[in-house]
Amino acid sequence: MWIDRIVELQPGARLVAVKNVSLAEEHLHDHFAADAAHGESALPVMPASLIIEGMAQTAGILVGHTGRFKEKVILAKINKAELSRDAGPGMTLRYTATMERFDPMGASTTGLVELLDHARGGSFGEIGRIDLMFSHIDQNMAGVEFPEHNFVFSESFRTLLRTGGIEAHF
Amino acid sequence: MTRDEVYDKVRNVLVDALSVDEDEVAPDARLTSDLGAESIDFLDIVFKLEQTFGFKIAQGELFPENVAQDPRYVKDGRVTSEGVAALKDRMPHADFSAWEKNPEITKVGEIFTVDAVVKFVERKLSATAAAH
Repeated sequence: MWIDRIVELQPGARLVAVKNVSLAEEHLHDHFAADAAHGESALPVMPASLIIEGMAQTAGILVGHTGRFKEKVILAKINKAELSRDAGPGMTLRYTATMERFDPMGASTTGLVELLDHARGGSFGEIGRIDLMFSHIDQNMAGVEFPEHNFVFSESFRTLLRTGGIEAHF
Repeated sequence: MTRDEVYDKVRNVLVDALSVDEDEVAPDARLTSDLGAESIDFLDIVFKLEQTFGFKIAQGELFPENVAQDPRYVKDGRVTSEGVAALKDRMPHADFSAWEKNPEITKVGEIFTVDAVVKFVERKLSATAAAH
């Protein structure tokens, strides 16, 4: 999972989750690894694509919860993704997803990405915006049949909901 | 709202939803083959039109669904006369004259032009005004 904990839910409206960036995550060792040939030392930063995935999971849970997890919610479009600062080990990302539209076919969300650099103290500061669209695939993939069980919201999602104190039956 | 005002707003919606340049959004531009719209973009366009013009668009109202899956409407890859009539009934805002000469189901996207969206919005706005 690319979020660690759900910290706030306003059903149908807003979901907030946090992600602690850690040097224990192996991908940070390669992103970016030291390059001795060019005299460059390692620069471990969270890949922007995984920040987008973190927002997609945050917003996806909001959309899924709004539809009582009856629908299979798939990320279908990134309307906007702007990030102005890197997130490195020992920092905390906070994703706030807000519902813009929800309809039987799908949903659109806007998202705020904030960063807390523990070394500097203070509070979370905005580092970007990520706006997304989700499709309810059973409603859109005309003629294509999917398994009845909701394979999108796996055990890991259930764990996040449980640790976030959110009751969900699906 | 004048037609030019509607057109400007529709153009902004399409530029935003499809990441195209303003000058690509000509009245006869087709949403799929000219402007690169994919299925999720149609939902995006519906959401953005609702937000821009303040009306609600019912599912399938702007872009009819499930025509291709209905055996009455499609035979041997072509839309039947019954199917063409159903489409015309559901899409009075679209111009079928070019497509219906050879109504292949794979080319049905040709009728979704910028002009069709503008006409749809105009009809919705006048219906909303009449209701008040």
